[in-house]
Amino acid sequence: MSVLIFVDHIDGHIKKASHEALSYGAKIAEQTGTTAEAVILGTVNDDLEKLGEHGVKKVYQVQNEQLQQFDSQVYTKVIAQVAQQSGAKVIIFSNNSSGKALAPRVAVRLKAGLAAGVNALPDTSNGFTVRKTVFSGKAFAQVAIDTEIKVLSLNVNAFTIITGEGKAEVIPFDAIVESPKLKTIDSTKTSGKVSLTEADVVVSAGRGLKGPENWGMVEELADTLGAALACSRPVADAHWRPHNEHVGQTGIAIAPNLYVAVGISGAIQHLAGVNRSKVIVVINKDPEAPFFKAADYGVVGDAFEIVPKLTSAIKKLKGQS
Amino acid sequence: MKILVCISKTPDTTAKIAFTDNNTKFAEAGVQWIINPYDEWYSLVRAIELKEKDPSTIINLVTVGGADAEPIIRKALALGGDEAIRINAEPLESYQVASLIAEIARNGNYDLVLTGKETIDYNGGAVGGLLAEVLDLPYIANATNLQVNGSTATVKREIEGGEETIECPFPLVLSCQKGMAEARIPNMRGIMAARTKPLKVVDPSPVQTLTKFSEFQLPPAKQGVKLVSPDNVDELVRLLHEEARAI
Ligand SMILES: Cc1cc2nc3c(=O)[nH]c(=O)nc-3n(C[C@H](O)[C@H](O)[C@H](O)COP(=O)(O)OP(=O)(O)OC[C@H]3O[C@@H](n4cnc5c(N)ncnc54)[C@H](O)[C@@H]3O)c2cc1C
Ligand SMILES: Nc1ncnc2c1ncn2[C@@H]1O[C@H](COP(=O)(O)O)[C@@H](O)[C@H]1O
Repeated sequence: MSVLIFVDHIDGHIKKASHEALSYGAKIAEQTGTTAEAVILGTVNDDLEKLGEHGVKKVYQVQNEQLQQFDSQVYTKVIAQVAQQSGAKVIIFSNNSSGKALAPRVAVRLKAGLAAGVNALPDTSNGFTVRKTVFSGKAFAQVAIDTEIKVLSLNVNAFTIITGEGKAEVIPFDAIVESPKLKTIDSTKTSGKVSLTEADVVVSAGRGLKGPENWGMVEELADTLGAALACSRPVADAHWRPHNEHVGQTGIAIAPNLYVAVGISGAIQHLAGVNRSKVIVVINKDPEAPFFKAADYGVVGDAFEIVPKLTSAIKKLKGQS
Repeated sequence: MKILVCISKTPDTTAKIAFTDNNTKFAEAGVQWIINPYDEWYSLVRAIELKEKDPSTIINLVTVGGADAEPIIRKALALGGDEAIRINAEPLESYQVASLIAEIARNGNYDLVLTGKETIDYNGGAVGGLLAEVLDLPYIANATNLQVNGSTATVKREIEGGEETIECPFPLVLSCQKGMAEARIPNMRGIMAARTKPLKVVDPSPVQTLTKFSEFQLPPAKQGVKLVSPDNVDELVRLLHEEARAI
């Protein structure tokens, strides 16, 4: 019996979300008196033995030319082979771009119940129930999984990485790998340096900025904070900013440590995508803006005045000027 | 080309979120229902655009829901699409929904099955992937663009910090999100036409449920905002650093 965690990587490095998933999976193994094991498809530059620091004992590594192409249909069959051989009873993915495609497929293949978007350790005292976000972060639900095998996808930024001592045993795994039907013909990086869903800090701006030409100061604030950029829906709809920055109920849902909202009114659909942020700062010239009700810290005033001041105050704190 | 578009019914985005029956059920009283925005704005509209380019395209809509889902599926027909199928079952969880839709998909020989990225109520983001595995088809999640070139689809998908362009032969399953298409509103002609479009109701075959929502909770309320004077931004930075430990 084991808890098996899928390790996702990009550009030769394991994603931060996977370190969270490994820590989460190791805790579940500890809680249920089983062992935590990991599975990685392909090759990375990172030291896989070091994954033991999160508490996993074994890392199954499947290496095959065909796996250079991400294809959920092919990957699923490989992960299922590893899961079956290791006797995994709980299988964990990150609820990120790969996990969203893989977790449901693996669940079907292993006749397992799926809880997608979980954000807490399961309750295993009586059956198996786990908490997930519902209604776009406006509520939580306890999901009871009735099957022998369980598949969970963990929300990004929902579980703190645990790093201790330990070395994992890296085990090459010989799997049957089909040839992919998908073919990636191009891949581009979006302008931001930090990925929005994985960012610790997000700086977001709305229609209060008046036009795309005013984003310079927002970008500078984001750079100073090492933050990813986001925006409200009308800003993306008007093509002031690219659509992949649109957060909210119908955009990307995020849960950073710090969310700074500039010139955004705080409509219910906007809040739905950002209300899982740990700390929310709102800068708005209207004291009645609904966003203040959802904020931890607020400044009532003109963004054009406050944002540059905020940037230089943070630079001062960080000793950059 | 034959396309199946999965349509789900969700509470309006401004609906008050509350629970009844000892927090085991969503409080539906007074709630307005809409087509799940991802299904409406992105998958359905993209399917309609493809049909506008190639009129031989057939678009079928499918929903798993009771009679109360009928206005939703009619509205979807008013936007476009040739006919609709309602599988007469209360949707309980994503595996049940996917199993029921899979039967329709299998019998209909579709080239393309479209779902939304997720439902805005239960946020599973799962039905597309479940469906793809049940049907053993390729699947691309969170697609932001779809072009059709003969027997191949060219799809863009969002990944962490970037975007990929992928080619895939039909048939395939896609979950759609922003970028796919621009939202539309139904016009009078569409609404009139929808009245006479076929809406077939089929009985569900028995399928399993594997999970169950056992209880709902609302998040704890915020403490209340701490306001800082615009003339004292240094104080905000101090609070964020020392009190919130966020920077
Ligand atoms: C079905 C549906 C889904 C939706 N999904 C989303 C979603 O996913 N994400 C989303 O964001 N929205 C969504 N919306 C739209 C949402 O309802 C709001 O319209 C939108 O969030 C408003 O964007 P905003 O705050 O940028 O603009 P506005 O509401 O116009 O607010 C601008 C704010 O800027 C402030 N301001 C103006 N000038 C200044 C200044 N100089 N300094 C400081 N502050 C200033 C104003 O006081 C105001 O509060 C959705 C709507 C619907 C109907
Ligand atoms: N009851 C339903 N009937 C038809 N399609 C559905 C239903 N529930 C979900 N879907 C489809 O599956 C997508 C993802 O749903 P979910 O996995 O529940 O978040 C939705 O955007 C719909 O396209």
